[in-house]
Amino acid sequence: MRSEPVVQVRDLVKRYGTKTAVNGLVLTAEAGVTAVLGPNGAGKTTTIETCEGYRKPDSGTVRVLGLDPVRQSAELRPRVGVMLQSGGVYSGARADEMLRHVAKLHAHPLDVDALMERLGLGSCGRTSYRRLSGGQQQRLALAMAVVGRPELVFLDEPTAGLDPQARRATWDLVRDLRTDGVSVILTTHYMEEAEQLADDVAVIDAGRVIAQGSPEELCKGGAENTLRFTGRPGLDVGSLLKALPADSTAAELTPGSYRVVGKVNPQLLATVTSWCAQHGVMPDRISVERHTLEDVFLELTGRELRS
Amino acid sequence: MTTATGTGVHVPEPGAAPLPRMIAAQAALETRMLLRNGEQLLLTVVIPTLLLVLFSSVDIVDTGKGKSVDFLAPGILALAVMSTAFTGQAIATGFERRYGVLKRLAASPLPRWALMAAKTASVLVTEALQVILLTMSAFALGWSPHGNPLAVLLLLILGTAAFSGLGLLMAGTLKAEATLAGANLVFLLLLVGGGVIVPLDKFGGARHTLDLLPISALSGGLRDVLQHGAAMPWGDLGILAVWAVVALGAAGKFFRWE
Repeated sequence: MRSEPVVQVRDLVKRYGTKTAVNGLVLTAEAGVTAVLGPNGAGKTTTIETCEGYRKPDSGTVRVLGLDPVRQSAELRPRVGVMLQSGGVYSGARADEMLRHVAKLHAHPLDVDALMERLGLGSCGRTSYRRLSGGQQQRLALAMAVVGRPELVFLDEPTAGLDPQARRATWDLVRDLRTDGVSVILTTHYMEEAEQLADDVAVIDAGRVIAQGSPEELCKGGAENTLRFTGRPGLDVGSLLKALPADSTAAELTPGSYRVVGKVNPQLLATVTSWCAQHGVMPDRISVERHTLEDVFLELTGRELRS
Repeated sequence: MTTATGTGVHVPEPGAAPLPRMIAAQAALETRMLLRNGEQLLLTVVIPTLLLVLFSSVDIVDTGKGKSVDFLAPGILALAVMSTAFTGQAIATGFERRYGVLKRLAASPLPRWALMAAKTASVLVTEALQVILLTMSAFALGWSPHGNPLAVLLLLILGTAAFSGLGLLMAGTLKAEATLAGANLVFLLLLVGGGVIVPLDKFGGARHTLDLLPISALSGGLRDVLQHGAAMPWGDLGILAVWAVVALGAAGKFFRWE
């Protein structure tokens, strides 16, 4: 493992017109897998695309493998693999044709047929890009990012919209990349993905990193004290709170999803269920849970839906 | 789906392929994309050939003294250049930009100038195929060309440069749909008003303005050489050179990659 960080972002600011997409972001990614987690519009893609050399910082500095992605782009590009959020392929190109083409742009590419097979694309090699399913298009873009044997790959939402099997295949590939010493920076909405894959997670919101650490570090604290249930949205959380012991809190995290934090014991459970009974609520999926990254994420980034 | 673990296949070994190999691969891919696209073939092959055959065999337009194929063949060659370098390239590049192809390639080891070189090579290969096909068709229709092949080559190259500049300017600044509509409209207007099949003197006083269009300079220049055996048509070459410099300069300045 290298000692110098693979990506170093210092005080990055990027504006589009009057809108500030990234606002003084600081991020250091070491070798391994780093997940960049955040709600829509948090600045994930802008940050990644600045690292890929597509955007020039308005202020701050970005270094990727020690290089400036804009000024030293020619040196950097062969060493980095890129998977865009969507597109990137001629609509009339066949899947294997496009992958073979990207392979030809590199000095020591992977075996194209083996990679296609590996990602479940073996049967659609002759299919033109526009006729591939969304999941196949995603996996082709992933294959294009790794075929050149890069040191570092940027994957922008690599499993968005994939079915569970395809998601597993993608995860397996990311794990293999890591084992073989390739560093991976990926953005995701899926907490489970970050927990499964990442050595390090950076949570971005409103253009800043608001928390960073291993999944375990981020999940630490309060684990055994959480009770969750789902019911109809808009329950009177204040009334529930009155029924609970004084040191408890209760909240509706997302519409219909409730969390009680406090001293979780049989009495508390009984209190919650009898309150539900009084209010005609069926507490579905009632559980006492491990504190997950999703909780951390929602706590950090707030509860309201964003566009 | 198979999963191999710890195979070591992904151990980094990065590196760009040699430049000539990258450019050749890119040019080959671009050419295949073009030849595979039905609408593009209609524009670059079917329409020029049909117009040549139709207007040479049926007396629809008064093409002046001599065989009509001698008047038409140079115009159709100019049309072929415009269809590939301008219309075809604008539409293809516009959609490549829209679908993130240009963006993805910009992250590959292929430098941008090499991508443009490959696009140019692909345009030239297509034009060579068009010229061969149209020349053979014209000969079959009784064409008897004159003139200096070097002057013809120079006109075709400057015409290609001017139309490529205009096509890329359009593709790099407008939305893909606007480029599609605009490039076809311009193709149609210049087909009629650019001396391709209709002699420009039919347009009366407007002809002096129309003469300054790149299509008129190209069709007029080719006709001067191939039909009338003129030496270097410096005036038309000059007009094409100005268009080429202005259009390529503007494309270089305003082209947006995504």
